[in-house]
Amino acid sequence: MSQAEVAPVRAGRSRSPLWTFGILRSELATTLRRGRTLALLGVLAAVPVLIGIAVRIQTSDGSPAGPPDGGGPAFLSQVTNNGLFLVFAALAVTLPVFLPLTVGVVAGDAIAGEASAGTLRYLLVAPAGRTRLLLTKYTATLAFCLTATLVVAVSALAVGALLFPVGEVTTISGTRIGVGEGLLRAGLIAVTVAASLIGFAALGLFISTLAGSGIAAMAATVGVLITVQILDTIPQLSGIHPYLFPHYWLSFADLLRDPVYWDEIVKNLGLQGLYAAVFGSAAWARFAAKDITA
Amino acid sequence: MAPNDSAETTGSATSTTAARRKAARYVVPVAVAGVAAATIGLVPALADSGDPELPKISAQQLIEKIAASDTQQLSGTVRVSTDLGIPSLGGLAESFAQSAGGEQGGSSAAPKDRLTELASGTHTLRVAADGPDKQRLSILDSAAEYSVIRNGDQLWAYDSKSDEAYHATTDKAPDAGKHEGHTAPEGVPTTPKALAEQALKAADSTTSVTVDGTAQVAGRDAYKLVIKPKQGGSTIGAITVAVDAKNGVPLKFTLSPSSGGKAVIDAGFTSVDFARPAASSFTFTPPKGTKVTEADEAKAEKNVEKGPEGLTGLDKIAGGGGAKVIGEGWGAIYAIEAPAGEGLPSSEKNADVPPAAQQFLDSFGDKVTGKFGSGTVFKTRLVNALMTDDGKVYVGAVTKDALVKAADNAAN
Repeated sequence: MSQAEVAPVRAGRSRSPLWTFGILRSELATTLRRGRTLALLGVLAAVPVLIGIAVRIQTSDGSPAGPPDGGGPAFLSQVTNNGLFLVFAALAVTLPVFLPLTVGVVAGDAIAGEASAGTLRYLLVAPAGRTRLLLTKYTATLAFCLTATLVVAVSALAVGALLFPVGEVTTISGTRIGVGEGLLRAGLIAVTVAASLIGFAALGLFISTLAGSGIAAMAATVGVLITVQILDTIPQLSGIHPYLFPHYWLSFADLLRDPVYWDEIVKNLGLQGLYAAVFGSAAWARFAAKDITA
Repeated sequence: MAPNDSAETTGSATSTTAARRKAARYVVPVAVAGVAAATIGLVPALADSGDPELPKISAQQLIEKIAASDTQQLSGTVRVSTDLGIPSLGGLAESFAQSAGGEQGGSSAAPKDRLTELASGTHTLRVAADGPDKQRLSILDSAAEYSVIRNGDQLWAYDSKSDEAYHATTDKAPDAGKHEGHTAPEGVPTTPKALAEQALKAADSTTSVTVDGTAQVAGRDAYKLVIKPKQGGSTIGAITVAVDAKNGVPLKFTLSPSSGGKAVIDAGFTSVDFARPAASSFTFTPPKGTKVTEADEAKAEKNVEKGPEGLTGLDKIAGGGGAKVIGEGWGAIYAIEAPAGEGLPSSEKNADVPPAAQQFLDSFGDKVTGKFGSGTVFKTRLVNALMTDDGKVYVGAVTKDALVKAADNAAN
């Protein structure tokens, strides 16, 4: 009796890397194949299309894109000269709201959604352990961050190449780089943008371990996002700004300077790592000891 | 049955242990946050500790070192903080320029407009130079950059935010010095070197120049040259220039007011590299579709330059008619007959200034009275001005009392 009980556990432990990969793969498949996720990705893909068509229509009579004083979203005025800039403009437009919103939905749903659907206990029956399940959920959320960013970037690249000329890129410092390097930097920017969401994803996961229902967790996560972004715009609070997770989000644009200005990008990544460590461990502390009732 | 019994009897004990274990887990995130906070607080303090040990050097030797410095190539990042004690000089200067200079062509890439921004707030700049012919200066903005690029007789300015460019062709050699003035209005810190030269020019019998220890600037060992006015009455407390111990390049410039507090101007390299910058840094070809504003001709440009830009206004007014200088050195006061003075936003000059605007101006000033009659003192942390009711203006980097005294003496 006892031998029979022990045997599968041992087998599971000895195959642990495969096991992790197994639950990760199934988790990724469930997350990405969910209708809700696909709808979110569809909305993200539509944003660059909208921007591209709007700029194209506005500039068809030769007038410059955006307000004459250079207001509006970053990089919008350069889009007509070079379709590649649509990638940067689209990421600059989606990063403050759309991207974190979708990440908030996925991260907030990660644990709380399973709990409210009553499937969390079945997941925990599998001999994977709570810590590993949490890590898998977090990894799946991060994979979604990267996927979402790439969806925006690829859609923007396609629309930009279709509607506008693509050629040598003039960096925001005024120097020129070739198309190949421009594409390389666009890829680097997409990865940086995805990495900018690491901290927020951890925060969302933590909230997800607190809430009882998926909807509540999503709403709370998005609420925190909006609150923090408002705090980030109040000049009287400038003392706390460097510690707010969205504060350095736009630093991805520094990759378009020549030479690249790394200071703020490094600060951004460090801050995201810090948020991931604090809220990741908080999520673990909560989830590993939580009573699973549903 | 038996297991259930034991669970019930040990129930209370288990729950307290479980609660304790639960709480203990939260130590991890708290510890992570604590360690991070401590690291953020401690690392700069540790990095700051210990000024470099360098052989003693006299002020004379240090100034010679600066003069002998033949560094032609450098690139680096400069951080400029300016706190003149004016709410927002950018907006103010703009309104001055509009009232004084009128139409300006309306390009957001015109260098003058953009570089006056530096006169207030904190900015990050990038500078690069390769010999006397090639320089570039960029103001880093959020997701945008404003660059002024000079390559021989070509002067380009590019504003990536509005995607507009500004182009001027300049006469080559004789104008070289002047073009520094074009790219940056005097008095606005651009490179620590220009600032140091300006400060040292003033050094004479009225000034004490000493070497005061060493510092680390942008990871390089530097001597600190301290310049102080000998007479009282100046608003300038001290000017500190950090000079690279190896090659004599000024790395940091700090102007502290005599009233104490935060530095009025603090400009220094945060990183610097004395290797030759990439040649591509100094070439600019406007991207297709970019709006390019040509500087019409040198003269038109000079007219535009005439708008008062921060401290330059003072030099220019002093040079023009109707102004005389009272005192010398740091305590020098410029006395100007306001109706003849250019570019000051006084109600005397424009009779049709709306009363609201006049009120706005008055709200900046303090009313003072003396032998000269009465007037208004406009104060900043660096420059003060006394505008008497009979239309005389006294301006200088001196305290309010010194201005009143000068006005009294003039009235006698």
